Amino acid sequence: MLSIKNIQANVEGKEILKGINLEVKAGEVHAIMGPNGSGKSTLANVLTGNKSYEVTGGEVLFDGKNLLELDTETRAREGMFLAFQYPVEIPGISNATFLKTALNEIRKYKGEAELTPKQFLEKIKEKAKILGLDETLISRYVNVGFSGGEKKRNEIFQMLMLEPKFVLLDETDSGLDIDALRIVSDGVNIYKNGKNAFLVITHYQRLLNYIQPDFVHVLYKGRIIKSGGKELALELEEKGYDWIKTEEVETENT
Amino acid sequence: MNNIEEKELKSSEEISDDKKVLDDLTSSEYKWGFVTDIESETAAKGLSEDVVRMISKKKNEPEWMTEWRLKAFRYWLKMEEPTWANVHYPKIDYQNISYYSAPKQKPKLNSLDEVDPELLKTFEKLGIPLEEQKFLSGVAVDAVFDSVSVATTFKASLNEKGIIFCSVSEAVKEHPELVKKYLGSVVPYTDNFFAALNAAVFSDGSFVFIPKGVRCPMELSTYFRINTQETGQFERTLIIAEEGAYVSYLEGCTAPIRDTNQLHAAVVELVVLDDAEIKYSTVQNWYPGDKEGKGGIYNFVTKRGACRGKNSKISWTQVETGSAITWKYPSCILQGDNSIGEFYSVAVTNNYQQADTGTKMIHLGKNTKSTVVSKGISAGHSNNSYRGLIKIGKNAEGARNYTQCDSMLMSDRCGAHTFPYIEVENDSAKVEHEATTSKIGEDQIFYLNQRGISTEDAVNMIVNGFCKEVFKELPMEFAVEAQKLLAISLEGSVG
Repeated sequence: MLSIKNIQANVEGKEILKGINLEVKAGEVHAIMGPNGSGKSTLANVLTGNKSYEVTGGEVLFDGKNLLELDTETRAREGMFLAFQYPVEIPGISNATFLKTALNEIRKYKGEAELTPKQFLEKIKEKAKILGLDETLISRYVNVGFSGGEKKRNEIFQMLMLEPKFVLLDETDSGLDIDALRIVSDGVNIYKNGKNAFLVITHYQRLLNYIQPDFVHVLYKGRIIKSGGKELALELEEKGYDWIKTEEVETENT
Repeated sequence: MNNIEEKELKSSEEISDDKKVLDDLTSSEYKWGFVTDIESETAAKGLSEDVVRMISKKKNEPEWMTEWRLKAFRYWLKMEEPTWANVHYPKIDYQNISYYSAPKQKPKLNSLDEVDPELLKTFEKLGIPLEEQKFLSGVAVDAVFDSVSVATTFKASLNEKGIIFCSVSEAVKEHPELVKKYLGSVVPYTDNFFAALNAAVFSDGSFVFIPKGVRCPMELSTYFRINTQETGQFERTLIIAEEGAYVSYLEGCTAPIRDTNQLHAAVVELVVLDDAEIKYSTVQNWYPGDKEGKGGIYNFVTKRGACRGKNSKISWTQVETGSAITWKYPSCILQGDNSIGEFYSVAVTNNYQQADTGTKMIHLGKNTKSTVVSKGISAGHSNNSYRGLIKIGKNAEGARNYTQCDSMLMSDRCGAHTFPYIEVENDSAKVEHEATTSKIGEDQIFYLNQRGISTEDAVNMIVNGFCKEVFKELPMEFAVEAQKLLAISLEGSVG
């Protein structure tokens, strides 16, 4: 589904990603772990086409299409979804208006008819229920006055509404208490259906207790320096990142 | 009544559907810039006592009206054009303007059938169907073309309730006692340079009188249109709400694209007695000039309302997207105890437009309250200033004001300015002022992009959200129009 080949990227002229390779197939959950500043969020921004990030080399294929040639909104309409680490507030625009506009743009792109107000409302109710969301949330302005947990839940709610093929979760666990973490993870697990795929970006192993990854990759200084199964996450939790850093240094020296 | 309710229901669906509005947008050009090919009678350029007399005579005015105009003219001659506003333009040659232009027509119109079909077509293009049968939506319209009021719809059904809705010229003749009593009572001709000029040469405008205890069953609306080249438009509107009366009044304006600047100096006076309320909404879309700042309307307007009675209320809502220069401060004099003044404003400037707009809230009565919400959006090379005065008089025990003044910048070359003036002479008063300035957020645009929404739609959404508090004060249909206008005015302005 997603094929990342030797991607390199700069932020404000500084090289952050130094050649990332990653293959994600439908039905898979990949986790990217790594210490702060290793380039995890940069990867998410590069994949979604944030203009503040400059891609200097490499290629990304998304279902065979050259992803890097598409603008952000086209990538989104193709089914690329980012659950933001820091969801943005849009004062004066209700969640309903926002979601309806987004959903209809995506449907239009796919050649599908717009939802009727009734269908839209039913969909909202169904998805809100999964996350135990108060329906009044839908008439509130996008993320305005939301607690950290509500914002993250709203991201997952948007994911359920927009039904993307590929979901990037950027530090979705940060700022969540255990209950919120469970709810958010449940949303993801319910949505997982064998046809979609996930890339979970996280600093801590905690989230991976709830969302089971098939593969874990360690990102360090702009490169994936180690890949493995979910046991790798546990190992990192136990030992921290230092042993890998040391390993990396040893590899570099040999 | 049923009709009105249905309309509101339909409209609220429309407005909840921001997308539909945005879909309607096709071009960023000024869509109202056509010229109507119509024979009109235009006075030679220049201003003198003779011209003032000529205008008065053309309108068959009684002697007292002519005298009032002349007094205003003589006063104006001694005045200086104000220069304190934060706007810059070449000196206006007041002798190079024609002060009267009217579509040539039969001397008196008895019904719409007699109106020039070209004129009717113009109003149709503007989206104002004049024929009464089309007015199922329940808005009565007075249309002012260049200087003359062309037709007032729905007059008969309003008459039954004792409501007078007609052109000011007609009111001068038919209701002289009301005109004499109220004209110039809120904005005297001595008030300022442009108000004096207007009093001398005003051509037409709307007159509304809502008698005691009557709630006007429909929204009243005036559309102003400048057509003829090098004419000024000087309309004068007077609205009176007697004890316990209520009216919602809407005003819209457009003009053709012209290379030269045109002057528009209007005066609006509102009088509100005990327990009465006037809600006055404006969507100002005069031609703003082209991308290089050539042409456009100079919009110098004095709007003021007097809350004379206790528990009276005036609410101004304005959406200002047009004009090369806007100089406008809709104000409230809160005389009656417990009276309320409100000002909700969205002012958008793009390219080389300049706006200096705001309000004055003069608290005189006890427990008077005022709310000011101003949203300024600047794009291109434009300059957008908020200027507001909150004055609390000696006797205004318990007066309160809340002012919120937000500016949004769309480019690196535009300016947003705030000039708040606060004068408090009573210790028990509470005055609050909040102001913010922000650049439109790239992170917000990216967030919306990431959900499949294009940059243009994202900008419209963010800006509409920013203006929400003001738009919600507008009647539904106007709110939809305002959103469209905003999107058109700002198209392609981010980047």
